Amino acid sequence: MEIPYTVHPHPVTGIPNGKLGIWLFLASEVMLFGALFSSYILLRVGAPSWPHGYEELSVPLATFNTLVLIASSVTMVMSWASLKLNQFGKFKLYLGLTVLLAFVFLVVKAFEYGHHFSAQEFPRTSTFLSIYFTITGLHGLHVIGGIVVNSYLLLPGSKMWKKDPDRFANRIEYAGLYWHFVDLVWIFLFPTLYLL
Amino acid sequence: MSDAVANHSVHAPAHHEELGFWRKYVFSTDHKVIGIWYGITALLFLFFGFSLMMLLRWQLAYPGQPLQLGWFTKLLGETRMPQGIMLPEFYNQLGAMHGTIMVFLGIVPLAVGAFGNYVMPLQIGAPDMAFPKINLASYWVYFIGGCVMLYSFFVPGGAPQSGWTSYAPLADIASTSQTYWLVGMIFLITSSLLGSINFIVTIVQLRAKGLSFFRLPFFVWAQFITSFLLLLAFPPLEAAGVLQLMDRVAGTSFFLPSGLVVSGQVLQNSGGGNPLLWQHLFWFLAHPEVYVLILPAMGIVSEIIANNTRKPLWGYRTLVYSIIFLGFMSFCVWAHHMFMTGMGTTMSNFFQTTTMIISIPSVVILTSLLLSLWKSSIRFNTPMLFALAFLPMFAIGGLTGLPLGLIAADIHLHDTWYVISHFHYVVAPGTIFALFAGIYYWYPKATGRQMNSFLGKLHFWPSLIFMNGVFFPMLLQGMAGLSRRLYDQTIYEHGKAVQPLSVYISISAWLLAIAQIPFIINFFWSMKKGKKVDSDNPWHSTTLEWATPTPPPHGNFIEPPEVFRGPYEYSVPGEDKDYTPQNERDTKNKKEDA
Amino acid sequence: MNQVSYKDWLPYPPNLSVHGPQIDQLITVVHYVMFVLFVVWGVYFVYCLVRFRQREGHKAEYHPAKGKIAKTGEVAVIVAEALLLVGLSIPVWASWRNDFPPRDTALTVRVVAEQFAWNFHYAGKDGVFGRTDVGLINNTGNSLGLDMKDPHAKDDIVTLNDLHIPVHQPVILELSSKDVIHSFTVNVLRVKQDATPGMMVPIHFEATQTGLFDVGCAQLCGLGHYRMKGQITIETPDQYSKWLTENTPQGGN
Repeated sequence: MEIPYTVHPHPVTGIPNGKLGIWLFLASEVMLFGALFSSYILLRVGAPSWPHGYEELSVPLATFNTLVLIASSVTMVMSWASLKLNQFGKFKLYLGLTVLLAFVFLVVKAFEYGHHFSAQEFPRTSTFLSIYFTITGLHGLHVIGGIVVNSYLLLPGSKMWKKDPDRFANRIEYAGLYWHFVDLVWIFLFPTLYLL
Repeated sequence: MSDAVANHSVHAPAHHEELGFWRKYVFSTDHKVIGIWYGITALLFLFFGFSLMMLLRWQLAYPGQPLQLGWFTKLLGETRMPQGIMLPEFYNQLGAMHGTIMVFLGIVPLAVGAFGNYVMPLQIGAPDMAFPKINLASYWVYFIGGCVMLYSFFVPGGAPQSGWTSYAPLADIASTSQTYWLVGMIFLITSSLLGSINFIVTIVQLRAKGLSFFRLPFFVWAQFITSFLLLLAFPPLEAAGVLQLMDRVAGTSFFLPSGLVVSGQVLQNSGGGNPLLWQHLFWFLAHPEVYVLILPAMGIVSEIIANNTRKPLWGYRTLVYSIIFLGFMSFCVWAHHMFMTGMGTTMSNFFQTTTMIISIPSVVILTSLLLSLWKSSIRFNTPMLFALAFLPMFAIGGLTGLPLGLIAADIHLHDTWYVISHFHYVVAPGTIFALFAGIYYWYPKATGRQMNSFLGKLHFWPSLIFMNGVFFPMLLQGMAGLSRRLYDQTIYEHGKAVQPLSVYISISAWLLAIAQIPFIINFFWSMKKGKKVDSDNPWHSTTLEWATPTPPPHGNFIEPPEVFRGPYEYSVPGEDKDYTPQNERDTKNKKEDA
Repeated sequence: MNQVSYKDWLPYPPNLSVHGPQIDQLITVVHYVMFVLFVVWGVYFVYCLVRFRQREGHKAEYHPAKGKIAKTGEVAVIVAEALLLVGLSIPVWASWRNDFPPRDTALTVRVVAEQFAWNFHYAGKDGVFGRTDVGLINNTGNSLGLDMKDPHAKDDIVTLNDLHIPVHQPVILELSSKDVIHSFTVNVLRVKQDATPGMMVPIHFEATQTGLFDVGCAQLCGLGHYRMKGQITIETPDQYSKWLTENTPQGGN
């Protein structure tokens, strides 16, 4: 017996296995970042003083990064849509752009971090900086994870398009869901850390 | 599909190339092989964790007395037991690692990783898990996490010693091994997350035709809810682990308030942290975690009771709704572990109320299982002995939770041996008995042979007696006010008063260890010499796992099974046999349930 | 078992505080409820094992038991739990947590836990605690960092592991910790409270009998957790005054 519904949807749930799997994974990620946001709230409320985000961090850089991530979500959707329209070349282009934009995000973040480090501002310097570095660091690790997955799907993984196009399109969809989540976390992080 | 005869060789349908040794036995993606790997590894960790406790109990029974065991004492050496006398730091290490290993490396991998993996796909009529490769990955990540935990024993400063609860600031400033504990936990949590995703998708998507949710064996429901608990409760602990790692490695102060003075030195850190934050994040996981420890056990016990009472489980729907409610409520009670932190009345009223509420579904489940005995026909085989014993033992465990859940009573009982007795009653003669029951029950399906019944009884009766010998006196010690985690209890007057009980408990623990020998012998001996089963369904059970060849081949079912009725159609009136398998098509009665 | 005696079939340490009996009463009542439940379940259980064992001529019945008694029992359990909660636990906790004695009639002692000892800080005759500063902490007798430049500090008494209180007088303890989480507990007074660094948590009690008793630590705090034993001396007001006077540092009045 082969495992059913790996590609085609289950008659009752209407989705294939992988789609349910990725949604469950994202639920656990919500709990992970939720715990960190809750910690942020508890630490901030209990602190005698807390700087405004814009006093410590660069809002222009982060705004730019926000736009970069949003754009990368758009290109991610475009790459999936291209596959559905059977346009493999466009798929590669858009997925490549997604990976590139993700790199841009990381470069800007590296620049931000470097700026802090050279000003002797480390995680241990203050509670604000500890939570800032930790939560953006964990988010950054998730960005790296997305880059790894997307690069795999762009290069060696894309061979599956020839053998099993539906399954490959599903994989791109799931990677896209993950990527949108990573973007969404940043949408919450940006105002919380930088603007409040 | 009627009972096929055992040992008939099945050719895996249209299977690919014959796999080599490594792909077939070590890196197999077959859920049954992975389940067995989980089982063996978990049993070894359980044995190791149990041994840690046996050593710890020497110090509790005979504080400060040397334990001379020749090469073993030499092996432990000067940093742990110089001249055979245990050091306080080693005592704390034994305590912390006993808890950590039993919970995270022993019980959960056995109850979920082994039993869940092996039995659940069979019971739902699936060929394997939804994601076989992720299944394999989850085992190896668990294995690595286990190795990291074991390695921590050999790090300078000794094994982690801040309790399995790793409270900050103690754990923040503890020796190097605490960092290993945190890293190990991250691996173990990752393994659980991968596993839980797999279980949920498998149960939702891969059920056989006709197997609606309310026809699922209760064992599958239990695994289903457990997986949600793991999926949603573990990430906050992972976050907490990251924060504690940052405190230890990057000098942050998430859990360290300002102005800490350790050994006379003011800590040079930014401060502003909150030790209670660790407790909230930890217990947010750790409370659902204890339901992870018990739910699979309830599932196993339910299967065995239904099978050996020869009648349907009482109140199947009630059981299902109760276990769903129990899972949900388990997220709402965590701060009852924090009653003595300085909690105000609003918070304590909320958590006491939710704690009282959560006792209800447990009472309902226990009562339903007890009602399942009414007007039944009870077969007292070895699995049933353990499953039956589970009921009163779990009752004691659950009942002793009541005084702890009432904050005014908790003033006296918090952090005493009463707590230790409470949770051990649930996990030890509770869950572990259920796991033994499961091993005796499903052993014939996995091996084609029965475990020896005499050795089974020789395992059961002393285990039941000594479990109570160990854990009941602890209730008395707790009521006397004796705190837990004390290297030398006789320093306190009330400790001296109940010291004879400590001796009695330790001796029971060592005898309990000896009582496991018949099991170990039985387990291995029966593989080669056990009585061969005469059919694929030797217990005359109704659920789908018994409809496969024995042992089930890769792909499990010769053809995809179809289900026509609920999971416990035993003694159906008018039928010629006292069990009607779920997948049996034609029955005299033509009765198909809802 | 000395220091522990059976009361209402349960082993309790002596109960020497005003609020203590309510706690014991709650524990006793809960255990009665637990006992009843266990016996009812147990008797039914054993009955079933005997009556419904598999034997010649005996068949299992497919149809479920009616379960009316069980359902009634479950409702009874819910009611019992609600009563215990609302009738006993919530009010007892509320009174212990909130009904502090007025500060002018109560004796206030600051308790600062550390690895592995209890520091007890008395305000002295002037009734005002001297200023403390962690920067002034040293290993040569100033474990609380008492600032001797503060006039109010001159009459402060700081003891190690030695708590004296008068009997029949409300006492307020202000608990905190220097390093890790400890937990102050005196069994016979039915008092337990975590001492968490960065927090100060007050508790109150009134002792009803004199004597010498153990102070213990009830939260794992490191390798010396087991030996973090202090002593509480509950004495008559005269004896207590005498102790205060004898222990007041020279130069304080």
